[in-house]
Amino acid sequence: MPADFISSLFVFILAAFLGFELIKRVSPLLHTPLMSLTNALDAIVVVAAIIIAGQHETRLSTKLGLIAVAASFSNMVGGFVITDRMLSMFKTGKAKK
Amino acid sequence: MTPDQVLQIIDFTYIAAVIGFILSLKWLSSPVTAMRGVLIGEIASGAAVVATLFDARVTEHKWVIIALIIGAGIGVPLGMVKMTAVPQRTALSHAFGALSAALVGISEYYVGVPNISKFEMAEIGLEVVIGSLTVTGSLIAAGKLQELKWIPQRPIVYKGQNYVSLSVLSAAVILIVLLVLYPEKTFLFPIMVGVALVFGIMLVTPIGGADMPTVISLLNSYAGFSASLLGFVLQSKVLVVAGALDGASGFILSVIMCKAMNRSFTNVLFGAFGQVQTSATHAKEERVVKSASPEDAASILSAANRVVIVPGYGMAVAQAQHKVRELYDILTKKGIDVRFGIHPVAGRMPGHMNVLLAEADIPYDKLMEMDVINSDLPQTDVALIIGANDVTNPAARTDQSSPIYGMPIIDVDKARTVMVIKRSMAAGFAGIDNPLYYLDHTLMLFGDAKKFVSEIVQNLSGSGGH
Repeated sequence: MPADFISSLFVFILAAFLGFELIKRVSPLLHTPLMSLTNALDAIVVVAAIIIAGQHETRLSTKLGLIAVAASFSNMVGGFVITDRMLSMFKTGKAKK
Repeated sequence: MTPDQVLQIIDFTYIAAVIGFILSLKWLSSPVTAMRGVLIGEIASGAAVVATLFDARVTEHKWVIIALIIGAGIGVPLGMVKMTAVPQRTALSHAFGALSAALVGISEYYVGVPNISKFEMAEIGLEVVIGSLTVTGSLIAAGKLQELKWIPQRPIVYKGQNYVSLSVLSAAVILIVLLVLYPEKTFLFPIMVGVALVFGIMLVTPIGGADMPTVISLLNSYAGFSASLLGFVLQSKVLVVAGALDGASGFILSVIMCKAMNRSFTNVLFGAFGQVQTSATHAKEERVVKSASPEDAASILSAANRVVIVPGYGMAVAQAQHKVRELYDILTKKGIDVRFGIHPVAGRMPGHMNVLLAEADIPYDKLMEMDVINSDLPQTDVALIIGANDVTNPAARTDQSSPIYGMPIIDVDKARTVMVIKRSMAAGFAGIDNPLYYLDHTLMLFGDAKKFVSEIVQNLSGSGGH
């Protein structure tokens, strides 16, 4: 088994358990913003897409990479915009005038 | 700067981004700090994107920038959709995320072939299969939620469905194995992608609207794990972490949704859900229901001290949330304690009702979780149910023969008076009769939710106050 697989697996296990612990604490009130926020964070795939598209290996990989850049970046932008909008709606009785 | 130094700076930016992601989720735990969480997520993601543009492997910037602009152009309108459209927007974004991960995996394959080790082949195969099935599955889910005409709304179920679906999935797995064993047979790769795409469709077509919260969460988890797997393929730790966090989030939400519907998790993992049979062959004896007018409802509400409103998907369909806010305002002004009881699977995605009510300007400290509200319902004067059915069905507690027996429900029947706004006596999604409607202290308010609530509001503002 390649060494980088093992190190990736270490990172994955730690991140998954950390994720469980963090997300368990998110109030059900915020489950919809949670989903849109994790979607936006997951859009970090865009960095891999940028490299595939920008390294210009073959015409196919460039084209697919560019589509991937647009798809994931739209998630990043859209995900943050909508999470922001949703959270700004959550007010307590006191904060309301 | 030497190329090595640039590479190091990029790596440190990624590490900083990962810290940002973790803090982002940590701060989301409470509405008070959640905004800060979004901000740090934005900074972390932005920094990672900018750093990547300086990666020495990126030689052609023009088209990358154009693709980023196009992405932003698609993303902004998708971020500005109405709150009622959030479930389909979310499903669509799962599709985009998975598409991106699948396409990078596919490119990686064609760039690397034929110099791909068996191990890498297995990783790429798995990643592309999960990514591809999530793309079509999410698109179907988004189509169903958007109620597109050419996508069947009703669950499509046929005999032996699970066997057919499982064979298609096995075919995809076998194709991965073949590609690992015979790397020269590159023509198998597109077939594998096609089979995975078909499986995604088969996974979601048998599912009806009420199961959407589980399905969306599950697709969320698939999209996350496919990104994480891509991180394995590319040895990119930032992808491994972000994907694992997203995957874990979707996984937890699916488990919560399953528990809230009393379904087992294995049942969901294999896509064998949405199978609630409509064959509830009850002897249809004539039972009497009591109905009431908006005037009656208004006078009962104004005589109450504590009111609990239980919203469901019907409230969203009727766009009644703003009228419900008016009702909330007028009752609160009269000194009546009004709170909301939110079932975890009410609506079409986790947390759906909370977002709609928050949009209508109802303070979030009045939105109660099921367990909290259930302990208060016996001391509640009026429980008003708007567009919810199965989640209030007391048969889940009492009738062992009921298909929803064991599902946790909001115990509205324990309130002194129950009022149900409903179009007609038609059964709910699960096709199960609701004994709640025949109770002595239940009043049925027949009509459109929005119209009925606004009539109650009119009566309340006419009678008292001035």
